[in-house]
Amino acid sequence: MTVSNHHWRRFKNGFMQTLTCACAMLVVTPLVLVFYHLLHEGFTSLNWAFFTQLPKAVGETGGGMANAIAGTFILLGQAALVGVPVGVLGGVFLSEYGSSRLNWAIRFAADTLNGVPSITWGIVVYALVVVPMHGPSALAGGIVLGMMMIPLVMRTTEEVLQLVPTGYREAALALGIAKWKMIVRIVVRTALKGIVTGALLALARVAGETAPLLFTAFGNLGWAHSLKEPIAAMPLLIFNYAISPYDDWHRQAWAGAFVLLMLVLAINVGVRFLTRDRYRRNS
Amino acid sequence: MPAISPLTPIRASDHTAGTHGTALTARNLSVFFGQHQVLKRVSLDIAARAVTAIIGPSGCGKSTFLRALNRMHELTPEARMEGDIRLFGEDIYARHVEPVVVRRRVGMVFQKSNPFPTMSIAENVTVGLRLNGLRDKTTLTERTEQSLRMAALWDEVKDRLHAPAISLSGGQQQRLCIARALAVQPEVLLMDEPASALDPLATSHIEELILELKRNFSIVIVTHNMQQAARISDFTAFFYLGELVEFGPTNKVFMNPEKRQTEDYVTGRFG
Repeated sequence: MTVSNHHWRRFKNGFMQTLTCACAMLVVTPLVLVFYHLLHEGFTSLNWAFFTQLPKAVGETGGGMANAIAGTFILLGQAALVGVPVGVLGGVFLSEYGSSRLNWAIRFAADTLNGVPSITWGIVVYALVVVPMHGPSALAGGIVLGMMMIPLVMRTTEEVLQLVPTGYREAALALGIAKWKMIVRIVVRTALKGIVTGALLALARVAGETAPLLFTAFGNLGWAHSLKEPIAAMPLLIFNYAISPYDDWHRQAWAGAFVLLMLVLAINVGVRFLTRDRYRRNS
Repeated sequence: MPAISPLTPIRASDHTAGTHGTALTARNLSVFFGQHQVLKRVSLDIAARAVTAIIGPSGCGKSTFLRALNRMHELTPEARMEGDIRLFGEDIYARHVEPVVVRRRVGMVFQKSNPFPTMSIAENVTVGLRLNGLRDKTTLTERTEQSLRMAALWDEVKDRLHAPAISLSGGQQQRLCIARALAVQPEVLLMDEPASALDPLATSHIEELILELKRNFSIVIVTHNMQQAARISDFTAFFYLGELVEFGPTNKVFMNPEKRQTEDYVTGRFG
């Protein structure tokens, strides 16, 4: 082994280390940039009116996004009502029932659905809900976000249920406990934090979706008085404001993006809090 | 742990063993997993209120036999059984019999202690009762104490019944699992290597407990530990390659076995 060989290996080692480090940094950079930019542009555009007032007509300054903020929460509420029960029960089926061939097919379908472009979901719900109801509605918006949540929630639920040791299932069954009770009271209970985490992450994921809402929830410059009316949502309003030529609307869009990011961040921090609690309990 | 020769089993009740009749009768029991036959026409009587030990090398079908006794083997996909098992004369595989009911009468304790981590000590004890619809607080409280006393755990946990079950030590967790199995008042208790993951002191606790429990329960225990089988069992069955090679009073199986294979195994020459 020669000295030059040694130097060459050290160089290769250092080079690869730097390269991987640079790639890792590249992943974080957009987050930092987006965060900085939103903080800079969005936070300075925020004011009390943003949360309490309706959007103003073109040419008037001021106004806010109160209806869109409320609308986003209403849409997410509906999405959770659709996506969480179906996703969780589907995940329970995948983990606890079914045959391996059937489950393989379901898993494959769910993973494919997770990769379907979100505008496609919008088209599907347009055909299934908007057309029969003769118009876009809050209901259609909630359904489309809920449907997008289903495969996400289903797969995470299955994964966390699979983490529950078989020993617990056997112990429960050996006590003469019926299978469905064993699943609900022992297996799901043991994995509950993981299931809630998965549901929250899915909710955070759809919170910022814009494309599927374009022709389902549609947007609304005022308040929606029922779920049958079109409803405003933050991503939609941000989109509309961002492509407008007005500076004031641009500022509103920044503020909206900032609030939306904070919402998603809050959900993620909530999830961290839940999982941290779990580890502390186990140690 | 005192050195005990497997040839001199210490047992309290040699002469009383098997005087309470037969708890479980297996006749021509065969179990298949897919194409693989794990048990081959095993016929065996489990004496009531006595300890029957199942011994044999790994893969000989001991655990499968145990699990067939309360229909737990049915959880394995593609498992299939032939033959006949009767619990105090009743066919537990009869068409109208629910596995759930069989398992309430034939309880089970596993190798790895598995108290439910989301429940307290007391909740673990009563879980079988509560999830089968028993709500009466007084009965539940009574049954908690009674079961924990039977499992020789009461004195250690009576002041912290509402502490998480997973805060207990390994040996205590296993006794909690025994208490949990006893709480549903089974007639037979199946134990699948209940002490193999425990230290010697905890193991001796479990062994004393088993000797105590056989007054009221019929116990079948699978063990890899010859000395343990010799110390605690009244009857011993030796399985090899899915067949029952020898079965008889523990004394005889260890001291004067009929088959060469049995002698080789209990003296440690193979297995």
